[in-house]
Amino acid sequence: MGKVQKKKSLADKVRKTKTSTEIKNNPFEVKINRKKFEVLGQKIKHDVGLPGVSRSKAIKKRKDTLLKEYKQKNKSNKFIDRRFGEYDTKMAPEDKILQRFAMERQRGHDKKDVYNLNEEEELTHYGQSLAEMEKFTDAGNSDDETEEKGLLSAELTASHFGGGGGLLRKKGPGDQEEEGGQRTKSRQELIEELIQKSKQEKRERQVKKEEAQELTEKLDQEWKSIQALMVKKTPKDADAEKTEEKPKVEEYDMMVRELGFEMKAQPSEKLKTPEELAREETEKLQKLEVHLTLISTLILSPTLPLIITVCVCVCVCVCACCGQADRLRRMMGDEGRDSSQHQVHMSADDLNDGFILDKHDKKTLAYEDGKWNIEDESEGGQDEDEAESGEDQETDAEEEEDDDEDGKEESAEEEGEGSIEKEDDDGHSDLDSEEEESENEEENEDDDVVSVPKPKKKSVTKEEQEAAKAELPYTFTAPENYNCLKNLLNCHTPDNQRLIVARMQKSNHPSLAVGNKLKLQNLLGFLLEYVGELATRNPPDLLTVDKLIPELYTLCQMFPEAARQALQSIMGDVAHSMEEVIEVNGHAPFPTLDMLIYLKVIALLFPTSDFRHPVTTPALLFIGQALTKCPVRSLQDLTSGLVLCCLAVEYVSLSKRFLPELINFLFGTLHLAVQDKTSLGYSVVPPFRRSGKHCDLLVVSDSESISSWSRKSLPLSACKHLELEEDRDRDQHRLTCLSTCLDLVKRCCLLYKELTSFTHIFQPIRVLLSKHLSSQTLPDSLQELQSEIVEMISSAPAAHRVLVFDKKKPIPLKLLTPKIVEVLDYGKKRGSSREEREQERLKHKYKKEFKGALREIRKDSRFLAREKLSEVMNRDAERKRKVRELFGSLATQEGEWKALKRRKRK
Amino acid sequence: MAPAKKRNVKPEKSQKGVKTAKMDPNSCVERILESRKHANDVFDLLELLQSEDEKVLISAMSACTTLFCTLLERKELFTGKLHPEDEALIGGFTAEEKCQIFMRHRYNSCVEMLLEQLSHEEFNVKENALCCLIKCATAQGRHPLEDLDWSEHYSFPRELIQAVVENLVSKTTDNSLLISRFQQFLEMEDLRFYVMSSIRESVGQVMEKNKGALMPVYQNNVFTLMTNINMPSQESELTSFMVQQEAKHNDWKAAKLTEHKRVFERMWLGFLKYKLPSNMYKKILVILHDSILPHMSKPTLMIDFLTAAYDVGGAISLLALNGLFILIHQHNLEYPDFYQKLYNLLEPSVFHVKYRARFFHLANIFLSSSHLPVYLVAAFAKRLARLALTAPPTALLIVLPFIYNLIRRHPACRVLIHRPSAERELIKDPYLMDEEDPAMCHALDSSLWELKTLQNHYHPDVAKAAMLINTPLSGQEDDINEVLEITTHEMMERDLKHSQKKSVPLEFETATQLLKGGGNVLGQHFCLN
Repeated sequence: MGKVQKKKSLADKVRKTKTSTEIKNNPFEVKINRKKFEVLGQKIKHDVGLPGVSRSKAIKKRKDTLLKEYKQKNKSNKFIDRRFGEYDTKMAPEDKILQRFAMERQRGHDKKDVYNLNEEEELTHYGQSLAEMEKFTDAGNSDDETEEKGLLSAELTASHFGGGGGLLRKKGPGDQEEEGGQRTKSRQELIEELIQKSKQEKRERQVKKEEAQELTEKLDQEWKSIQALMVKKTPKDADAEKTEEKPKVEEYDMMVRELGFEMKAQPSEKLKTPEELAREETEKLQKLEVHLTLISTLILSPTLPLIITVCVCVCVCVCACCGQADRLRRMMGDEGRDSSQHQVHMSADDLNDGFILDKHDKKTLAYEDGKWNIEDESEGGQDEDEAESGEDQETDAEEEEDDDEDGKEESAEEEGEGSIEKEDDDGHSDLDSEEEESENEEENEDDDVVSVPKPKKKSVTKEEQEAAKAELPYTFTAPENYNCLKNLLNCHTPDNQRLIVARMQKSNHPSLAVGNKLKLQNLLGFLLEYVGELATRNPPDLLTVDKLIPELYTLCQMFPEAARQALQSIMGDVAHSMEEVIEVNGHAPFPTLDMLIYLKVIALLFPTSDFRHPVTTPALLFIGQALTKCPVRSLQDLTSGLVLCCLAVEYVSLSKRFLPELINFLFGTLHLAVQDKTSLGYSVVPPFRRSGKHCDLLVVSDSESISSWSRKSLPLSACKHLELEEDRDRDQHRLTCLSTCLDLVKRCCLLYKELTSFTHIFQPIRVLLSKHLSSQTLPDSLQELQSEIVEMISSAPAAHRVLVFDKKKPIPLKLLTPKIVEVLDYGKKRGSSREEREQERLKHKYKKEFKGALREIRKDSRFLAREKLSEVMNRDAERKRKVRELFGSLATQEGEWKALKRRKRK
Repeated sequence: MAPAKKRNVKPEKSQKGVKTAKMDPNSCVERILESRKHANDVFDLLELLQSEDEKVLISAMSACTTLFCTLLERKELFTGKLHPEDEALIGGFTAEEKCQIFMRHRYNSCVEMLLEQLSHEEFNVKENALCCLIKCATAQGRHPLEDLDWSEHYSFPRELIQAVVENLVSKTTDNSLLISRFQQFLEMEDLRFYVMSSIRESVGQVMEKNKGALMPVYQNNVFTLMTNINMPSQESELTSFMVQQEAKHNDWKAAKLTEHKRVFERMWLGFLKYKLPSNMYKKILVILHDSILPHMSKPTLMIDFLTAAYDVGGAISLLALNGLFILIHQHNLEYPDFYQKLYNLLEPSVFHVKYRARFFHLANIFLSSSHLPVYLVAAFAKRLARLALTAPPTALLIVLPFIYNLIRRHPACRVLIHRPSAERELIKDPYLMDEEDPAMCHALDSSLWELKTLQNHYHPDVAKAAMLINTPLSGQEDDINEVLEITTHEMMERDLKHSQKKSVPLEFETATQLLKGGGNVLGQHFCLN
């Protein structure tokens, strides 16, 4: 049918073109627009016009649109024919009917099908009919191989060669003879035939399968009968038999089949997005919390009264519960590891602690109020009466010992007598590594073994303590302000603090709720503040800071912008106050320990090697300023300075960028160690002075200490608080500082080896080391280091290539390319700039369009007027005609009447 | 005439003071002024001037001032050469004259007591005393106590002012507050004139007595007073006088600017003649160029002082540069080896001192001459580059454009950064840092490898600035004045405010511990506890 259509349209075209050319060629139709000047190569659209044609076109268009509209005017209803293809002349009527029928069917189908269960539609799975699968559930796949071996069926070949579709099968011998008759068959018949065929095929297949199954069943039975005999044979024989039995399977077939059976890209477990992971994590934590509370309520209620009387009973209970709690904890993964370790060796006496985390049971939450051991007190009171007297002092001493655990010990104190003795161990176990914890727990185990028979409060309370610490709630709300966070973290061990922050972070993941992002961003700020506070404490609690670093890192990864802002504001404030002090005094005190820690944290969170970075560049500037503007007045200052130097070296270790302040400071530090400052041969750089009050800071006072010195790392807290009463200690410290300094110098040498001015940069250091320090007695290791440095400096190449500008590309000659002026529609427009030209063009266009539109409107109204006129004329003519008719009839009537009259008269 | 040396308050009277202390000084003044009968009440009034009570003291002061000012106006004080009181009583004076002589003596003792109060502990008292003294001086100027004609100072109470000045520049207490109060009176031309000459006399006497040794407090006071003197710049500005002379005003020295200048100059020279504490040296040098030199009649007289200061070395030399510059520039001072000395001023500390901006501003001017020999410019450029290896980034941002400007002004120096003739050669740096003579230091044979090194500087701005030597320098000179005053904090702020739009790059390596990371330098030398 498509062909027919084409022909038609083609014919139309031909006819039309013919007419148009005819018209074009007709000199009476053509109007030639005469040109004034002939321009070579210019193409003009409108050199020839066909006014007649265009007028008739316009009229026709108006008739189609304007006239129709006019006629529809004041008419509210409209008849629209929506029959399919009614106005489509290109469609054959037969086609139209077919399409309409199909559509009709479809419409009914769509609506009905939703609830129609009896529809003859086959459900499939993996392209196989479900119904069939149900029927042959037993047909094992393993047997298929044996059955089909060696068969080269038509189907098989068909599937192998040329992709088995219906096409090939149709061309089979059976089909071919029909082919002749098929042409005559109508479509309807054809379809019916097809359906029939497929049904037949289906039936055949079914039958085949049934047969096959019967056969296999039969075989199975037979096999069973033989099996008894087969047992005696070696499996190898059986194998051999098998292989013999089967004629070898073609590899190709095997392969094809294997491919067929291979799972087709099954959906594996979905890769989880970070948000999903976070959600899962929180769900898990919440679930665990619920579990724990449940377990504790269940178990506590019966056991608590029993503790006093029946220990054994409790043992059993607890063991069971411990197992469960443990399992639950293990589910948590690595976060839970710490806590689970506490629980691994839980003994019978732990009963209370494993499940203290009951919200309803207020007395149990040791870390909240620490008043949960009422039972123990009643029990332990008798035993520990004697111990009570000494306890107070003990606790005092302990408090001094480990400050980190202040909070905990306070709670412990409240707990009272029972717990005090164990706090010692407690503190250690929490502070120290896990190994020690396990040791502790092993001890506990031992305890248990020995003391199961008698009721012992010692281990009980001890475990309670540990458990109280270990048992943190699984979910935390994000703190509203800094104080919230501080209060929350204050009384926990560093490990637990980290755990708390980690959980807080997980339970407030930004993908879980809308406000969480903000909360975590705040948390980041608070954490940074907290880190600063930890560093300002006396003594600084750097262990906790250390533990919090990974959390800070993850938070920073989540919110780089917030981290940047927080650190920038911290740094801005400190730098600002420093600047103010410098403006007044000309120098400033060294930055405090918290700032040093911040600088280190910055180095951990942000890349220090960037050419320009919003955080690390100011940080480096700050370090540089501190190193130039802070005079060294004590060993403490010197330690801060060395920390800054270490940081500076770390900052530039990757990028190897040159930091003059660093070299100056190290050089000045070495200068402090020079004993004889009379003939120096070099000049020191501020903030150091050639000689003066604090210029002998690093000169070792006692030569004995040199021999006894051994290298130890300096504590960071030495920047804050340094107490060295004895000369000996001071000497030790001096030597350590000196060794640090020398090591840093060595590192700098390595870093800056490549610089062209390397020798000039290190020249003064070399003079100092080789002329002054070498003559002084120093420990061997330092001497060695020193000579190494001198060696390194003097071995550097002194000769360099002369400076020359970079070679630049030769500038190409100016080419005389033609200037291209853009000619937009409506010609080129004047105007200096592009915008102006564009504006001109638009103005022009607007004017033209406006004129055109006016003309069109005029033409329209003229057309309408004409139409109206012709309408009126038509109406008038009609009326005239009718009147004349009437007159005519009247005349005839009268004529007849007169004739009749005349006849009568006659 | 000096105030009477002997105080004539009788001891018996002063013992009665307890009773009289209660009486009102103002009513007392009224009574005295009413009639001569009550003239003896003056003693009570003077007694009050020694009171401990601050309020009483102050009211007594004002009362005395009104009393004597009125008396001066009424011409009831004796004029002319004053005889000692005892003589006056014996001598043949009329009763009227005797009374006037008596009052004149009381006036003198009153002034003396007021001068004493200038060293009172309370600032209020001091201030009041000062104001009262000035009032007295004004009144006395208007109604002179001496005969006019033979004095070149006309009717100005010179002695009184000198006494005030001597008390102001105390040798023991720091009077800077009072002096700054005194500044408002120094607006008066004649007063300023006489204060200046009194200062000169005082300094001469005191320092001479002390044999030129340092007197920090005294010198500080004098310095404060001198710096508070604002000299007029034009003759027409001499308008406000404390005492207007009726006759021959225009011949009066205090009315002539040249005289003012001369006195000013003599005052400063007199002061600077003696040894000064080093911080005052700096202070003087800081203000020298804009508040001292322009007001001197012969600025060249400062040459000695400035050359001495220039030879001191260090920061003082840097500061002396400014004054020297004015002398060289405006007064045709010939200074031998000026550039060599300037060259030797370049030390690492140049980049660290407070006056860095001023120094570079001046050095920029000195080296802007196009008539300088190439070797000299090259030596400066090379030395600055060498020193830049120890400079902080703020200084580097000054030095680098500075060096570039030098090279631009003297294209012959371009070999320092571009020597294509010896492109392949490897040479050792021939520059001699320790050579004091710029002509001998071989700077022209060298290259600015230091700038190459600074291309690796940690601060991006500095590194970028140093990168400029890789390509031919642009023709336009950099404006150094923009960067002269830059501070580290400003540089930091630039980064802190900068790049708000772009996302922040983060550290790639996961942080696990505080001391780890970055080559583990900190961890190797320090531990957590």
